[in-house]
Amino acid sequence: MSSHEISEAEEKLPEARGAESAVRPVDDPFADPGLPPHEHRKQDIDERAAKRSERTVALLFTVSMVATIAFIAAYVAIPVDRYIYVFPIGHISALNFALGVTLGIALFTIGAGAVHWARTLMSDEEIADERHPIEASPEVKSKVLEEFHTGAKESGFGRRKLARNTLFGALALVPLSGIVLLRDLGPLPGTKLRHTKWARGKRLMNYNTMQPLRPEDISVGSLTFAMPEGMSEDQHDFQTEIAKAALMLVRLQPENIKDKRELDWSHEGIVAFSKICTHVGCPINLYEQQTHHVLCPCHQSTFDLSDGGRVIFGPAGHALPQLRIRANDQGYLEAMGDFPEPVGPAYWERG
Amino acid sequence: MKKLSARRRHPLAALVVLLFALAVTGGLYAAFSPSEAKADDSSAQSLAIEEGKKLYAVGCATCHGTGGQGTSDGPSLVGVGSAAVDFQVGTGRMPAQQPGAQVPKKKKIYSDAEIEQLAAYIASLGAGPVTPTKSQYSPDGADVAKGGELFRTNCAQCHNFGGKGGALTNGKYAPALDGVSPKHLYEAMQTGPQNMPSFPDTVMPEKNKQDIIAYLDTVNSDKSKSPGGLELGGLGPVSEGLFGWIFGMGAMIVLTIWVAARTAKAKKS
Amino acid sequence: MSTASDSGAQRRGKAPAGERVADWADGRLGVYSLAKANMRKIFPDHWSFMLGEVCLYSFIVIILTGVYLTLFFHPSMEEVTYHGPYVPMQGVKMSEAFASTLDISFEVRGGLLIRQIHHWAALVFLCGMFTHMMRVFFTGAFRKPREINWLFGFLLFFLGMMTGFTGYSLPDDLLSGTGLRFIEGVFLSIPVVGTYISMFVFGGEFPGMDLIPRLYPVHVLLLPGIMLGLLVAHLILVFYHKHTQYPGAGKTEKNVVGMPLLPVYMAKAGGFFFLVFGVIAVLSAVATINPVWTIGPYRPDQVSTGAQPDWYMGFAEGLVRVMPGWEITAWGHTLVLGVFIPIVLFPLVLFAIGLYPFIESWITGDKREHHILDRPRNAPTRTAFGVAWLTAYFIMLVGGGNDLWATHFQLSINAITWFVRIGFFVGPVVAFIVTKRICLGLQRRDKDKVLHGRETGIIKRLPHGEFIEVHEPLSQEQLHTLTQHDQPDPYEIGPAVDENGVKQKIKPSQKLRSKLSKGYYGEDNVIPKPTREEYHEITSGHGHH
Repeated sequence: MSSHEISEAEEKLPEARGAESAVRPVDDPFADPGLPPHEHRKQDIDERAAKRSERTVALLFTVSMVATIAFIAAYVAIPVDRYIYVFPIGHISALNFALGVTLGIALFTIGAGAVHWARTLMSDEEIADERHPIEASPEVKSKVLEEFHTGAKESGFGRRKLARNTLFGALALVPLSGIVLLRDLGPLPGTKLRHTKWARGKRLMNYNTMQPLRPEDISVGSLTFAMPEGMSEDQHDFQTEIAKAALMLVRLQPENIKDKRELDWSHEGIVAFSKICTHVGCPINLYEQQTHHVLCPCHQSTFDLSDGGRVIFGPAGHALPQLRIRANDQGYLEAMGDFPEPVGPAYWERG
Repeated sequence: MKKLSARRRHPLAALVVLLFALAVTGGLYAAFSPSEAKADDSSAQSLAIEEGKKLYAVGCATCHGTGGQGTSDGPSLVGVGSAAVDFQVGTGRMPAQQPGAQVPKKKKIYSDAEIEQLAAYIASLGAGPVTPTKSQYSPDGADVAKGGELFRTNCAQCHNFGGKGGALTNGKYAPALDGVSPKHLYEAMQTGPQNMPSFPDTVMPEKNKQDIIAYLDTVNSDKSKSPGGLELGGLGPVSEGLFGWIFGMGAMIVLTIWVAARTAKAKKS
Repeated sequence: MSTASDSGAQRRGKAPAGERVADWADGRLGVYSLAKANMRKIFPDHWSFMLGEVCLYSFIVIILTGVYLTLFFHPSMEEVTYHGPYVPMQGVKMSEAFASTLDISFEVRGGLLIRQIHHWAALVFLCGMFTHMMRVFFTGAFRKPREINWLFGFLLFFLGMMTGFTGYSLPDDLLSGTGLRFIEGVFLSIPVVGTYISMFVFGGEFPGMDLIPRLYPVHVLLLPGIMLGLLVAHLILVFYHKHTQYPGAGKTEKNVVGMPLLPVYMAKAGGFFFLVFGVIAVLSAVATINPVWTIGPYRPDQVSTGAQPDWYMGFAEGLVRVMPGWEITAWGHTLVLGVFIPIVLFPLVLFAIGLYPFIESWITGDKREHHILDRPRNAPTRTAFGVAWLTAYFIMLVGGGNDLWATHFQLSINAITWFVRIGFFVGPVVAFIVTKRICLGLQRRDKDKVLHGRETGIIKRLPHGEFIEVHEPLSQEQLHTLTQHDQPDPYEIGPAVDENGVKQKIKPSQKLRSKLSKGYYGEDNVIPKPTREEYHEITSGHGHH
């Protein structure tokens, strides 16, 4: 360790700074009395007590050995799917409990034994060690500086400005290759965030049954989730698409809809809103059927579904996007287009 | 407090009722028509309605009006159906003790027979969801894994992934589902009590409801398994963090004190 | 080491085998010189000096269990259908990452235990670092020459949070996916480049297929690697600086009093590792953590109420939850302040404490080395600042769990949010003032004790009937401990006109510094400690001696 050399060098230095000297006027009532005299423990003067301590330590180490054997036995003997009832924990995995407890005991007793040994049998006499200032002495400092200047001069770093500046230029440019290489981490955003799978004529499929929904299926006070026709869990991009397309449907009495556009875009009071919170994109669907509020469980943004999905509380910055729906000729609900605005969290280009 | 009552008085309340009535009239008709065939059954039914009416007049009419038409203190009960009565009275929520953000669950006041009579009376005011039968709500043979998926889609947002409940706006909450009977779970989904939305059979068929009940029975009942040990309330990272601080860090601090402390001296001044 | 000795035959007259091995190593590594300085290194005994070890050992536990988990975990977002033994998941579609987490929990014997140890140890690691940091802060142990080591420690805490968060995200359960969705929102909120960063990090639109495979090396290699380096540097500096100590008899700025590394601390610290590991193992046997099997696999259209991060991210969560929904749209662009402000505040809150040592040393102008710790009361302004910071942190933690506070204390979530919004600004101010008053009160009590002795609680009746309480004079040791601290003068700008009549230009920074310095050492912010004269006057008057 280089620190060692420095501290050794400093040992020979005169006291430079630091605390007030230990030598104080005799009449100082607050003077440092110095380290109190060492007192013996029972184990230091009574060999029988020391023997007792040793036996305790040995016992702890023995318990550890037994616990390790028990750990191995449990690993071999207990099937991984066995459950037991342990009061007051509950119905738990027997293997997890057995392994954890035995491992815990095996480790803990090693530690307890070692600490008990240290506390009762090893010397507990306090020793004072000296400290040395960390800063180098002025001589060392001036020597180092001198050597540095010599070295710097010999390199011509200050004089050969052309070489130096081009070196800086080269070093500044070369990391750019690394940054350029990151380009293929992902595609450019383009208008990806503006579009979802919803499109004109896509029927609204009930999440629970994967059947197309009819207006009469949806009663006032109920909550229904829908995805666009043609999507299925098996598709490779399902997660990415459902992250934008998830839809919730509720039915309100048309006269309770305060927002004119919302009413226009509804079908017989059935309104379809994006399920993705406009704050940071959690699925927002804690629907209170009496107040028509939906709450986001992540950050408590609250939207009023009877008023155009307006934000009434919390950190969301804009209303929930609404999907325009109607009933088609066969009596199924269908979308009349994609969401008119990007769903989910806001972003710079959203506008 | 007054505000909530006012909301219940909301013009919408009556329309909710009306829609329910429309939606299940057919089913109700089907349920009642065989009983009409037997004369004494129908007379038993009317007897129950009579008894229910008396109970209603004593226990419910103050808030819900003498004919169940609702007042400023309680919503109209026309068309809420017997399932809603069975849920509200059967879980002790009704009769409500005091106004508040939400009427809490408590020890039920009426006997099962009385609840049936009340339900019969309310059902007679207007058709609504009918109290489910055991074959409807029994989770036997249902698909637990499908129930889990349905639960996470439809229920977990309010009731938490393990049915431990959660907060709603302004002091309202979704209660924990521990120990709720399958029948009441079914009725809650069917009728949408208080601020809970309903999940009628038209969008969540009976089979789905059974799956959900079966899932809850697996993960949130007395015999549910928690392989890793104490569930810590099943509330997620907050209770884990609290446990980590109190028992994890707490134990560590106790240990540091033991490790660093001086051993007792032979004589202590 | 001793195995090497088997090769050589034991001949008489030769040094013992262990010594010969040491000789061999010394010739190549210089171990004797190394050992000379460090073998009997002195460590002071105090429980609060062991808090750092809690962190060190839980970190080792995390690495050990983490390596085991990598043997079974598949960092992939490919969709699979679960067919394992856990019935409520059979037939459910999930990512391979989630499926392999279920396998670790239900099929690998002891896998669940190791997973739980890994996660509990992570929580304890962060708890330990937080407590350790607070101990160092309130005792002023960060002062010269230890500022850099404080910074290393602070960076470890920060990176620990990041590593914890990436680990929380890997199993791809419903909570971790929700957390990642939040991260997407955070990226999107960054002005100008937000969407690009998001697309590049996720490899396209959220959630894509790339994120978990990308997070995996960050979690298992990059971040722990940096942390390991910082940790080693941190420990080297602890050795190099030698440990600080609390004031007391025989303890000066020029010595360190305690027990030697060999044998006492070798045994205590070595044993403590096993104690820490043992406790975490038992914790993992009795309490479940992150039960992914009930939480379920991630789907972007599903969510559970009570969606929170692990505790150490709780205050960031609080910042995000209580922020009003500010959003500015103009000229076709949107500035998402509702998300961006809290995300900027999050590191700022942390750096407020991380950079504190440099701020304090600039204000006080103190250039001396400090090895004797401050008693928190003797540095009222620092202590008050620390408590104010903790108050802000805790209030935000409440904000981060506002839904659970609401359900468990039957409060309104909106009311709690408002309480946190106001409390974040008011709470620290109140805490600052109150703490400072308490510190000064304690200083007064110390002074009183020094001058008048300790109240014994014994009431004595004097011959003329007066009752007095007997005060017992303090021991020399206590007198020294209560009076050893420095009380420097505040920084003075100096005369506006120097001796030659030239007007000195006073920079605004100087004015600020002088003002702040008065806040530390000014008349109202310190109770002058008793002087020798005061002591002699009072003690001789009472005639106690």
